[in-house]
Amino acid sequence: MTLLAPGTRVRVRDDWPEARGEAHIRTPHYLRGREGVVARHLGDFPNPEDLAFARPAAILPLYHVRFDPSAIWPPPRSAGVLLVEIFGHWLEAR
Amino acid sequence: MTTPRETQALLETPAEALFAALLAVLAAKGMVSEAELAARMAETDAAAPAQGARMVARAWTDPAYRALMIADGTQAAEALGIPMRGAPPLGVLENRPGRHHLVVCTLCSCYPRAVLGYPPFWFKSAAYRARAVRDPAGLIAEWGTVLAPGTEIVVVDSTADYRWMVLPQRPPGTAGWDEAALASLVREGDMIGVTVPGMGAKAG
Repeated sequence: MTLLAPGTRVRVRDDWPEARGEAHIRTPHYLRGREGVVARHLGDFPNPEDLAFARPAAILPLYHVRFDPSAIWPPPRSAGVLLVEIFGHWLEAR
Repeated sequence: MTTPRETQALLETPAEALFAALLAVLAAKGMVSEAELAARMAETDAAAPAQGARMVARAWTDPAYRALMIADGTQAAEALGIPMRGAPPLGVLENRPGRHHLVVCTLCSCYPRAVLGYPPFWFKSAAYRARAVRDPAGLIAEWGTVLAPGTEIVVVDSTADYRWMVLPQRPPGTAGWDEAALASLVREGDMIGVTVPGMGAKAG
């Protein structure tokens, strides 16, 4: 599997598996459909979406992804950076 | 298959009796020993903010340790004798002039328990989880924390397999302090990022 390099612009999939049935999702709601930048590859971990239901879980890359909060929430808000762990299968390279 | 009567009896069994029965079965199958259990309970009891504070104080006094801590928090914890077996990998977020980190778990309450113990009650509150990502500067200010003007706040939403602790900046006026005195300055909130060490500190 090709890893996303630091600096790669990505979009978090605008997907809502919890609306289709039982699901355990580690991708926060407020980031679905949002764009960010890969900070670094943190490691590879079993997919929590399967682990939670005791299903065989694929080992997936986990990234630290940087987001601009001002693109997510309206003012007044604080300047700064959001850094969030997102699994690779939730990210689309832009 | 248990009958409803048996299920009811099970539900009414005191927790200690259930635990003793489960432990006896696991021991009989060779899956766990009393000694292993006692060791694990001792590890859990020892996990407290004082462990993280020891790491911070060492990082403030030993550049090589600081580099290790930032590169691999798990190894750095183990280097000070903190048991990390079975714990998720520990990431360390280095505060420096112009950059401050704040840790939150918006999904639940992921927390670096091996080095900080159980999370404080507010860490799990919906209010903290919502506001930390949306208004971190306002939240930090409510704690009475004053950051230097122009400091960028990096909010780390701990959503998956890592656990994160903040390595705060060493407060001014602590030159020559030994590690134990420095560690006594470091509180739980300093390693989450809602506060910084030395707020209202007494001379050591």
